[in-house]
Amino acid sequence: MSKHTLSVLVENKPGVLTRIAALFSRRGFNIDSLAVGPTEIPEISRMTVVVDVEELPLEQVTKQLNKLVEVLKVVELDSHASVQREILLVKVKADLQARSHVLETVQLFRAKVVDVASDTLTIEVTGNRDKLSAFLEVLEPFGIKELVQSGLVAIGRGPRSITDRALRTA
Amino acid sequence: MGQTAREHIERSGDDVSDDKPAAPSPAALAHQARAKTPVTVTGAQSLVLALEAVGVDTVFGIPGGAILPAYDPLLDSVKVRHILVRHEQGAGHAAEGYASATGRVGVCMATSGPGATNLVTPIADAHMDSVPIVAITGQVSSGAIGTDAFQEADIRGITMPITKHNYLVTSADEIPRVIAEAFHIASTGRPGPVLVDISKDALQARTTFSWPPKFELPGYRPVARPHSKQIREAARLIAEAKRPVLYVGGGVIRSGASEELLKLAELAQIPVVTTLMARGAVPDSHPLHLGMPGMHGSVAAVTALQKSDLLITLGARFDDRVTGQLASFAPDAKVIHADIDPAEISKNRVADVPIVGDCKEVVTELTEVVRADREAGRSGDYDAWRRQTRAWKRTYPVGYTPPEDGSLAPQYVIERIGALTGPEAVYVAGVGQHQMWAAQFVDYERPNSWLNSGGLGTMGYAVPAAMGAKRGEPDRTVWAIDGDGCFQMTNQELATCVINNIPIKVAIINNSSLGMVRQWQSLFYDKRYSNTDLHTSVGRRVPDFVKLAEAYGCVGLRCERPEEVDDTIRKALEVNDVPVVVDFVVHRDAMVWPMVPAGVSNDAIQVAKDTAPQWDREESEADEQALLDRMEKH
Repeated sequence: MSKHTLSVLVENKPGVLTRIAALFSRRGFNIDSLAVGPTEIPEISRMTVVVDVEELPLEQVTKQLNKLVEVLKVVELDSHASVQREILLVKVKADLQARSHVLETVQLFRAKVVDVASDTLTIEVTGNRDKLSAFLEVLEPFGIKELVQSGLVAIGRGPRSITDRALRTA
Repeated sequence: MGQTAREHIERSGDDVSDDKPAAPSPAALAHQARAKTPVTVTGAQSLVLALEAVGVDTVFGIPGGAILPAYDPLLDSVKVRHILVRHEQGAGHAAEGYASATGRVGVCMATSGPGATNLVTPIADAHMDSVPIVAITGQVSSGAIGTDAFQEADIRGITMPITKHNYLVTSADEIPRVIAEAFHIASTGRPGPVLVDISKDALQARTTFSWPPKFELPGYRPVARPHSKQIREAARLIAEAKRPVLYVGGGVIRSGASEELLKLAELAQIPVVTTLMARGAVPDSHPLHLGMPGMHGSVAAVTALQKSDLLITLGARFDDRVTGQLASFAPDAKVIHADIDPAEISKNRVADVPIVGDCKEVVTELTEVVRADREAGRSGDYDAWRRQTRAWKRTYPVGYTPPEDGSLAPQYVIERIGALTGPEAVYVAGVGQHQMWAAQFVDYERPNSWLNSGGLGTMGYAVPAAMGAKRGEPDRTVWAIDGDGCFQMTNQELATCVINNIPIKVAIINNSSLGMVRQWQSLFYDKRYSNTDLHTSVGRRVPDFVKLAEAYGCVGLRCERPEEVDDTIRKALEVNDVPVVVDFVVHRDAMVWPMVPAGVSNDAIQVAKDTAPQWDREESEADEQALLDRMEKH
């Protein structure tokens, strides 16, 4: 199995997320992560889906997605030719003794402290999956009280825009 | 509401204080549409006007609370006739039968909750077999959605995976646009079912109606015209092939490509197989036609695919019932795969030449290129291959052994129904042994003459689908060839047929059991007949189908001896004012042969129990035939 990042441009209509999620479950495809949000065009939403499939089933995923009436465009984003980011919020135990060590780690990873309590710090970090897991690995010994992570979002490098092209053909 | 009030509203065109504006007459509507004046109506009237505007002449359905507003203007429509069925499943299958027989979009209607969920089976059926239908359901008022209101079901959510597309409409203003989109989506590209769920308040609200509505479907652009490079590549493979087969599926029927296909087959002289969904796409009487492939296909069709070096696949989808064990299916063949649905291509079997396009256009363009190639001296030589396939067809015709005790062979009954009724009729089957025999023993000579539930395998399809077909094609004889099990699932629609003067003919192939399941129990479960005895003829007749038919006001006939078969069929053919139900009491141990057991290679085809074709004998006969052919030529 290998991971593929798909950008899916959809009409911003009620039920479209259900349709896509249902399609994945119905066809037996595994979703690794799914993120949805608006684009620069109000009628279009963009989903970034990370799927864990081989080449041939991936073609099926793409074709089945394209069959949905509200799907405008499906683009696979190569990890080298795109910027891929996730955001992580994590609440770490950090009493007076540990606090400076935790802050050092925050510095190292260019993360940010977003909330402080007497014996915890809440940290925000952005990056690709490898960076986030490395960060968590270092924080682990201090004691992670809670963590939440966004789905992956990705955008192609260079001057071209996939929404431009989607709109032109629309 | 009186005519004067109506005219008043039409002429004024202003906002009228009346809560329920009357539907304008069609003539007035046409006049207003020309004048581009929107008409003030209710959502329900807007729905009926939209159905009229897209050309609907028949709606099969049942009213209920949430859809009730729509039924009021329906009463006034002169263009749309509503046929009140006895179960919503019947409405759905009737819409499918109507669509499959005519090629037009079939329409069914139901109320919210149970009405809508009863449509689920026919919608799934239409989705599997690419049947263009539009299902309209009432929904509880928008304010009550999500509260578990009385008769509330999330039918849009339920039908998402089994529709081509579906809608929930909660604003009356959207109705004309959504109806226009629904019919467009259902009937174009790969046809399929579209569900439109409309909340009760949207049906009751005031709105304006104008036609045609503007709609944009930026994400829906089916590709009909094939890529010319792919067509040339396909033609090249055809010219190089030694053992090509045209593997023809239901897409050829849906795209109306039969004539074009016949031209291609005759030009290139390539043998043809027609799948269960494609029976009739090429006349059965045609010498190039080898029959049906698959689990119960003819030896010639199955073997030709297995030994082929090039499958020219048109509107077929490599279904497991055709391929058997996928890995050993047609192992030496390259694959040209043309389909209007890109997702079918390389789904099960990787295509060497994928062609996305409508079968009619693909076949037309392919024929042109093949013709040009032949004129330029590039043509394949399939003489030996054709002789071989023909020899298989001759040596292993689909046949049966009549029961020794003189009882009735089901295959004989079906064969005689086909022979005495002829190719202009429509034959509609349920699911099971009788379906396979109907596919094997009726000769289909034209597209849309064979209707069945192929993909989903829905028992109970036949009677309501036959009703829909007869309504759509009233001048044709329509036979439902049904099983005693299937018939009992939807026979209540006989009432609908009687009351609405839809004189279908039903042949119950009554073997007193769930025959196909019993066959598998005979073959694979040591003849342990667990729950397959229906007691419809052996020992008891529960129910007595003749009495049942008569109770509904149909003519009921029974036939139990081979010598009575022709007379009974003739008698049934003579009754044309009411439906006829014939209880053909047949031998219960008859089996469907040939058979490739599930999950094994098609090479393991058996022509009868534990009997493989004798290839040695067949090959010597083929040689003999080749010799005869040569002698004929000289």
